[in-house]
Amino acid sequence: MTGMQGVFLFAAGLILWAAFMMVTRQNLVHAAFYLILALFGVAILFVLLDAGFLAVIQVSVYIGAISIMMIFAVMLTRGDVIEEDPVNKNYGWALLLAALFAFGLIILVGQWPAIASLPGAFDTSRDLAAELGVALFSPEGFVIPSEVASVLLLAALVGSLVVARRQKGK
Amino acid sequence: MIPLSWYLILAALLFCIGLYGVLARKNAVAILMSVELMLNAVNINLVAFWRYFTPGNISGHAFAVIVFVVAAAEVAVGLALIISIYRRRKTVAADEINLMKW
Repeated sequence: MTGMQGVFLFAAGLILWAAFMMVTRQNLVHAAFYLILALFGVAILFVLLDAGFLAVIQVSVYIGAISIMMIFAVMLTRGDVIEEDPVNKNYGWALLLAALFAFGLIILVGQWPAIASLPGAFDTSRDLAAELGVALFSPEGFVIPSEVASVLLLAALVGSLVVARRQKGK
Repeated sequence: MIPLSWYLILAALLFCIGLYGVLARKNAVAILMSVELMLNAVNINLVAFWRYFTPGNISGHAFAVIVFVVAAAEVAVGLALIISIYRRRKTVAADEINLMKW
């Protein structure tokens, strides 16, 4: 087992353990911290995949912004921080469906011939962030998707302000 | 060297844990957290396919960045809705928010 594989197995174990703890915790603040742990494991995987810039975005956007917003929401909806029963009455079906889905996906993945392929050589001196910036804003690249994404962000910003604003007289 | 299958199986398991969380959790904030897990599983797949098959082409990164943007927008709107519902109904349990249930 090489060092890379060791790091991968550590990150994979961390992600799966943290994700499992997240969906089973009663206390939502604990669940939010386990979510942060799982997201950090995904950032480790991005580094292993030579996508350092995405790892930085993962830490700054997911851990720095999204998880903090989750914790804010938990605090603002304080009444239900600790539930007596974290799952609804259909959790048996949910468990069955998730297990079937995992089983089916792993069977499907196992049948695919390219499954054992190994990564090719990678030029680590490439400036991926610059390449990504050019691709996102060049007309031959992804300028329309990235503009749509920025409109989506603006709409989400305005929409969440309108939805969460305190109504007059209430 | 790590075979591609390791990443795909890890992403499949992570996606299914998230799926279980979405279907089984009662609290709406916990459901949103589980959706984040599912989006992360998709992102692992996108970046792994980029690295193993088309490392010369930056499209895999662009897809992953779009997923980040959509996740941020989804969380902002979702949490605003949850806070608004909590203000009116004093609950965030998904099975008690049944105003529009047929």
